[in-house]
Amino acid sequence: MAMSKLNKKDVEYVARLAKLSLGQKEILKYQKQLSEIVSYVSELSEVDTSNVEPTSQTTGLTDVYRLDELSSDGLTQNEALSGTEKIHNGYFVVPQILDKGDR
Amino acid sequence: MIEPPLTISQTHEGLFKKDYSVVELVDSYLERIEKYNAKLNIFLTVSDSVAYTQAKKADKAISELGNSAIEKYPLLGCIVAHKDLFLTKGVRTTAGSKVLTDYIPAYSSTVVSRIEKAGAVMVGKLNCDAWAHGSSGENSDFSPTKNPWNLEYTPGGSSSGSGAALAANMCLIATGTDTCGSIRLPANYCYLFGLKPTYGAVSRFGVVAMASSLDSIGHLARTASDTEKVFNITKGEDQRDSTVTNSEFPKPKAKVKIGIPKEFFVGGLEKEVEICVLDAIRTLKKAGVEFIEISLPTTKHAISVYYVIQPAEVSSNLGRYDGTRYGAGRETFGDEAKRRIMLGTYVLSAGYYDAYYLKAMKVRTKIREEVDRAFEKVDAIIAPVAPSEPFKLGEKVSDPLKMYLTDIFAATANLSGIPSLAVPSGFSKKNLPLGFQLMGPRFSEYVLFELGKLYERSTSYKPRVANL
Repeated sequence: MAMSKLNKKDVEYVARLAKLSLGQKEILKYQKQLSEIVSYVSELSEVDTSNVEPTSQTTGLTDVYRLDELSSDGLTQNEALSGTEKIHNGYFVVPQILDKGDR
Repeated sequence: MIEPPLTISQTHEGLFKKDYSVVELVDSYLERIEKYNAKLNIFLTVSDSVAYTQAKKADKAISELGNSAIEKYPLLGCIVAHKDLFLTKGVRTTAGSKVLTDYIPAYSSTVVSRIEKAGAVMVGKLNCDAWAHGSSGENSDFSPTKNPWNLEYTPGGSSSGSGAALAANMCLIATGTDTCGSIRLPANYCYLFGLKPTYGAVSRFGVVAMASSLDSIGHLARTASDTEKVFNITKGEDQRDSTVTNSEFPKPKAKVKIGIPKEFFVGGLEKEVEICVLDAIRTLKKAGVEFIEISLPTTKHAISVYYVIQPAEVSSNLGRYDGTRYGAGRETFGDEAKRRIMLGTYVLSAGYYDAYYLKAMKVRTKIREEVDRAFEKVDAIIAPVAPSEPFKLGEKVSDPLKMYLTDIFAATANLSGIPSLAVPSGFSKKNLPLGFQLMGPRFSEYVLFELGKLYERSTSYKPRVANL
C-alpha cells in the first residue's frame, strides 16, 4: 500500500486534531514510528472483506435499558469538584475560548 | 513474623486455627512490601491505614461469626492489591501516568467495592504501563517494575505490578485489566493464573478506560480455584456498565474437546515455549481430554486489527484528559500515550477511516466468526500466551512495533470478546516462568477453571513465589 508513509505535515495535522503540542524532534520520531506501524497494519488490505459487516462490539446487545429512577449514590458537588483547585463559586474554571469581539 | 500464605484456603485455615489474625497478616505483607518494594518497584501507593481498618473489621467478623464468617465474606482476610487503573475512593489512582499523579478518586470502581464487601483487605495500588499501554511495564511514568524471578527481566505488562506483587508474595490476589494480554502476559511471565473474562461478564465501571470495546476486567492468583473464587465476586451486572449481563454460565462437561489452532504454532514461536504448550497438551490428553487440530486462518491478522481499533479507541478515551476537572494537562502525556493518540487520530481521520478503521472492524468480524465456528467443534482452544519466554528490560523499549508483536497471540480473545485463562506450567532453561492459555466461548469461564484444576491435579502443581 503506497499510502502508508506519513509525511511531516500529516504528523503535525494529526497532533493538532488530538490537541498535542509536539517538538520538532518528536515530530520526526513519530513520523518514522507511525509510518512503520501504519505500513505494518496495511497488510489488512489483503483480506477480502466484501459483504462483511464491521464489528464495533461483541456483546450482541442492543438498546439496554434501566429503570428511570434517580440513583441516590451519585457524587456531591464537592466530590465532583475535588479533583482540581481551579474552581470558582462551585464551578470549574475553564480556559476562555471566546473573546469580547465574539459576543 | 509469619510467612504470608499462598492461597485463599491456606489464608482461611490459618485464620481459623488462630495461627494469625488479619491484622497480623497485614503486618507481615506490609513488612515484605517495605523490605523489597524499593528494589522491585511494584507498589505505587501503599494504603496501610485502609488495610488496618479493613483488617480490624475482618477480625471482628471472625470473632463474631467464627468459621461461618466466610459464608458471608468469601474473601475474608484475603490481601488484595489493585492495578492502579482501578479507582479507589480516597486512595491515589494514577493509571501509571504523571497526568494523574495527584488524583484521589471520589468513588471506587465496582470491582474494588465488591472485593472489599467480600471481606478482602487492600494493601495498595500497583504499578503498570501508563494507561495500560504496553507489554513490559516500561511505559510506566513511574519507572518499570522488575520481575521477582529475575530482576533483569520484565514481569510482562501492562499489569506489571499485579504479576510481580504475587510472585514477590506481597499480596494474595491482584486485579488487572486485559485489552490485549495485559493480564495473561504478566501471569505467564510470573508463574501465575490470570483470567481475562468474557467481555460483558465483569463491570468496567470506575476503571480507567483504554480501548472500550476490548477492555476486560480480571485478576491474577496462584491457583485456578482462587481465580474462580474472585470471579464469583466480581462478575455480574451493576447497572453502571450496560455491556454487562447476568448471563448463564454453561457447566463444565465430563468429556472435553480442545482445539489446537495450527496458526498459533508457526514461525516466530520460540522452541521452548512451543515444547511447553505441547507438554501441557500431552498431560491433559493423559487426563482424558481429547485434542483436535483446528484452523483459524484470519487470526494471523489479529494484531494488525488490534493496532488500528485499539489506538482509535484510545485516542477517543484519552480525549477527556484536559486538566480541567482533574489531572494535569495534555502536555503531561508520556511518549507511548502520545504515540497511540496520534496513531488512533490518524486512522480515524478523514481519508483514512475507510482504509484503516472500517477495514479493521470488518476483519474483526471475520476473526470473530471464525472463532465462533471453531467452538461448534471444540469446547476450548489451547495456545501460547506470548511467542517467547520473559524478555529483558530494555530489550524492546526503543522499537514500538517489536513491542506490539509480543501480544500477537493475545489479540484473538479480546477481538472476539471470549474468556481466556493463562495457566502456569513450568520454567525455562534460564529459570524463567512459562505457561499457556485456554480460550473458550463467551461465558465459558467455569469450563476453563475446571480445565485449570484438571491440569493442576495432573501435574501435582504447587503455587510458587520467587526467592528475594
